[in-house]
Amino acid sequence: MHDGALRTARLPLRWGMAAGGLLVAVVLLGIVVGPAGISIGDVFRSLVARLDGGEGLDPRMEAILWEIRIPRVVLGGLVGAALAGSGATYQGVFRNPLADPYLLGVAAGAGLGATLAITSGWTATWGPVGPLPLAAFVGGLLGVGLTYLVGSAAGRTNLALILAGIAVAAFLTAVQTYVQQRHADTLREVYGWILGRLSTVGWTEVVVITPYLVVAAAITVAARGLLDVLAVGDEEATALGISPARVRNVLVVAATLGAASAVAVSGLIGFVGIIVPHTIRLVVGASYRAILPLSFVLGAAFLILADVLARTVVAPAELPIGVVTAFFGAPFFALVLRTTRGGMGDAARGR
Amino acid sequence: MPLEVDDLTVELGGRRVVDGVTFTVPTGGWLSVLGPNGAGKSTLLRAVAGLVPATGRVRLDGEDLCRLGRRARARRVALVPQRPELPRGMTVVDYVLLGRTAHAGFLAGYSRRDHDVVRTTLRRLDLLGLAHRELTTLSGGELRRAVIARALAQDASLLLLDEPTAALDVGRQQEVLELVDELRRERALIVVGALHDLTLAGQFADRLVLLDDGRVAVDGDARRVLTPETVRRHFGATVRILEDPGGVVVIPVREPVRGRDPQPITATPKTRPTR
Repeated sequence: MHDGALRTARLPLRWGMAAGGLLVAVVLLGIVVGPAGISIGDVFRSLVARLDGGEGLDPRMEAILWEIRIPRVVLGGLVGAALAGSGATYQGVFRNPLADPYLLGVAAGAGLGATLAITSGWTATWGPVGPLPLAAFVGGLLGVGLTYLVGSAAGRTNLALILAGIAVAAFLTAVQTYVQQRHADTLREVYGWILGRLSTVGWTEVVVITPYLVVAAAITVAARGLLDVLAVGDEEATALGISPARVRNVLVVAATLGAASAVAVSGLIGFVGIIVPHTIRLVVGASYRAILPLSFVLGAAFLILADVLARTVVAPAELPIGVVTAFFGAPFFALVLRTTRGGMGDAARGR
Repeated sequence: MPLEVDDLTVELGGRRVVDGVTFTVPTGGWLSVLGPNGAGKSTLLRAVAGLVPATGRVRLDGEDLCRLGRRARARRVALVPQRPELPRGMTVVDYVLLGRTAHAGFLAGYSRRDHDVVRTTLRRLDLLGLAHRELTTLSGGELRRAVIARALAQDASLLLLDEPTAALDVGRQQEVLELVDELRRERALIVVGALHDLTLAGQFADRLVLLDDGRVAVDGDARRVLTPETVRRHFGATVRILEDPGGVVVIPVREPVRGRDPQPITATPKTRPTR
């Protein structure tokens, strides 16, 4: 081999450009698809008008574009990026390709918080944030906090944390189910939240979750190389010069922040956190230096696309987006597993 | 002396696994640590690498390793583990790049120099042709070279080898140890290796330390340590020692069983059963 051909797993330029191009295409698709006919030309005309103060679309179309379509696409992108990025981070931290962002009790905690908010009729707000996302966010963080508390008592190893997550999730889900059953009148609303949805009220949700997602993404992407170091086990990672426990704690907190803020505004959207990183892993290899940034970009594209389907398949009604991610995601995932080198894929067999 | 280990003691689960071990190794020197199973060889290496809590002192070039942080220590001490974890799907080049973790910028930003060191190391260990192969597809000998390459990429002056020839055939064992020997001469590395094979340990190392129950039982050169009496006392084995230009050769010998004449092995022709 010629020396110059030596490639490490830095994000290959062609993959980065392909993922970026796909995201741009999906964003445009998400903006133009809908009952009100808006073309790509309209989108650009409106954008140019906003930048240089020229004449845009008529006010109704401007409102649809800037207060309904674009916020929803942006929110879908942020939530998808957060779920896929958090999923990839958890998979690296726990050295388990089947770990998902809900592993440590975020979903169960957020579910309980949301159920309490819906059933109690709370009206507490935090700035522009309503009671539902606030309760879901706090519930999600408390769920993970409880998992850490229980896991610490058992030695805070990976296995202890995962088992603690299962126990905490089971307990919180039991409480959530009990509360839900006691308030049958709100069953439909609770159920709708659990299935996940991307409904927006203008830009509020986007503005609220962006800071958390930016912090989560900045930390996890910056530390992506350390996920590769964790892959050789704690003892070897220590011999290579890092503190595995410290790296793990920082990354889990960052990933949890991303997952909890996504769950707070979108409910429980399953599958994104596993399918996106896993598909990327099968295509570009096992290094998180490539997997992590691509997970954020392609997670965004995946969820925007799923939302387009959720809005159009049974229009004018909407499918819960969690149903779409599972319904279309699972067969696609199976196809990727079949056609990628290694048949079922090394990662699927675990480490 | 560049590596000074003084009164190193490790307690695990209330038991002294390494008990007051003291030795020194000069620059470019190779010390082999011998001992029966459970004697504390691996724990001694892990203690020198700072992976288990220990008391006593470990000084390298006058610097107290125990006072250094993990990153600083990893730039001075590299460990080749006995059973390395092999991340599924990771390529050889990415694996060797992990050796640069302690040199990389905060949060693992690898520099051009890190990539240059990896390239040089792969070329030196004849791994360039395998650079993009996944670790799990390598043969035993190739894999050992990859693990050694990762350790070399750390640019450390002390190389700790924990059973580097385990599970290799005799040819690959010699190949790996010859490679380590060449590298230590080229780079004036200090090598401390735990080895099971007494002959290879004696032939490659300048000095041997025999551990038993965590303590240094005998130390010195191969002729002093590898005697039939020492091996019988500490390993419970009967051996003969031969002198060879390459060093001493330790041959396990089966003691004759008293009161039983060896039976000649005869082949009985199979007879076809009659119906």
